Amino acid sequence: MSFLKKSPWILHYAATSCNGCDIELLACLTPLYDVERFGIVNTGNPKHADIFLVTGSVNEESRKVVENLYAQMPDPKAVVAIGACALSGGIFRDAYNVYGGIDQVIPVDVYVPGCAARPESIIDGIVQALAILEERARDRKRQRKVVAS
Amino acid sequence: MNVEHWGLAVAFVVLGPLLGALLAGLDRRLTARMQSRQGPPLLQPIYDVLKLFEKDTVVVTELQTLYLWGFLFFMVISGFILFLGSDLLLSLFALTVSGIFLCLAAYSTNSPYSNIGSSRELLLMMAYEPMLIIVALGFFLVADSFRVSDIVAGSPWQVVQLFGILLGFLFILTIKLRKSPFDLSSSHHGHQELVKGITTDLSGSDLALVEIGHWYENTILLGWLYLFFAPWGVALALPIALVLFFAEVLVDNTHARLKWATTLKATWVVTGLFGVTNLMLLPLIT
Repeated sequence: MSFLKKSPWILHYAATSCNGCDIELLACLTPLYDVERFGIVNTGNPKHADIFLVTGSVNEESRKVVENLYAQMPDPKAVVAIGACALSGGIFRDAYNVYGGIDQVIPVDVYVPGCAARPESIIDGIVQALAILEERARDRKRQRKVVAS
Repeated sequence: MNVEHWGLAVAFVVLGPLLGALLAGLDRRLTARMQSRQGPPLLQPIYDVLKLFEKDTVVVTELQTLYLWGFLFFMVISGFILFLGSDLLLSLFALTVSGIFLCLAAYSTNSPYSNIGSSRELLLMMAYEPMLIIVALGFFLVADSFRVSDIVAGSPWQVVQLFGILLGFLFILTIKLRKSPFDLSSSHHGHQELVKGITTDLSGSDLALVEIGHWYENTILLGWLYLFFAPWGVALALPIALVLFFAEVLVDNTHARLKWATTLKATWVVTGLFGVTNLMLLPLIT
């Protein structure tokens, strides 16, 4: 079993979001939902993070930041897009400055719908990302063995 | 130096990090309960470190790993000397060298966040180091020896004679454990102005080394605290030391972070007020 499942550290970035999803995401850390029960910690540092949570319809300014943060995270890692804007651009989809979805910029593993996404569905999204993360950890272990031999 | 002392010292090397991890786990649970949350499992710090070994290690410079091994090595040495019942002063110096190695690791990565973190760490060392020396000096004046085994076998009145020094030590314990209001260099909590301070650029197994080092440090600091009450015997001294240790969690949860200048001034004022005064009064009360 991988210990990634027992201690997923998250990194949260708001890529031009209206902050609705961000507030719901931070609500997960409050006593009502208390995701630290599952060992989930909001790190705020890409080099310590395992799961990247992105909200908002990404634009040119935030694209650089999203790419940079994703590149700085050590493998194995997973990405969760949260909210309608992060999935497809939402109501801003037709705006000229918007890319329309995080998957236009970096590979996304789990999509959490909603405007704003409910804390319950965000936690569910993270739990689904854990399964993907565990699989990646196995692959990574195999890769390391191949490199070593 | 008999078999018992060697046994204790070897037990520290093997079981010290486990005890430190349990202390850290209990700390996180207590913190959660104080915020009316359920909190993580007791063994969460161990899960965290085992996970970090599964992650890739992003290396900025190969020196960082060397420095971190230095940090861990001298931490173990410091605890080994302490639990062997040997020279308290030597244990203190090893602890300081270990702290310097952590600062060097953070400086070597060149990230502005970890650079500011290690500058602040050095400043905190400047703040708490005089008090640590006074603690060792106080023990020497009471027990007539720097040897830990002599201090443990000392007078039962030693904690009364060293009461001011105990208060000063509890004050700087907050700094050593990186608790609010003194978690300037690296905070346990995310979303602070320094990202993660000294550990910003450390990842994977490098970060795991830092965590294991902190587990050892927890055990060593609990050992120092225990020394004040040691002549009363384990059954009485250990519970008192543990209660005082976890009083730091309450302080952590009820205080906001201070600025560095205030921290330095406050620590030196406390050192002067309690530590130096106690030291000067000591000839009158021994």
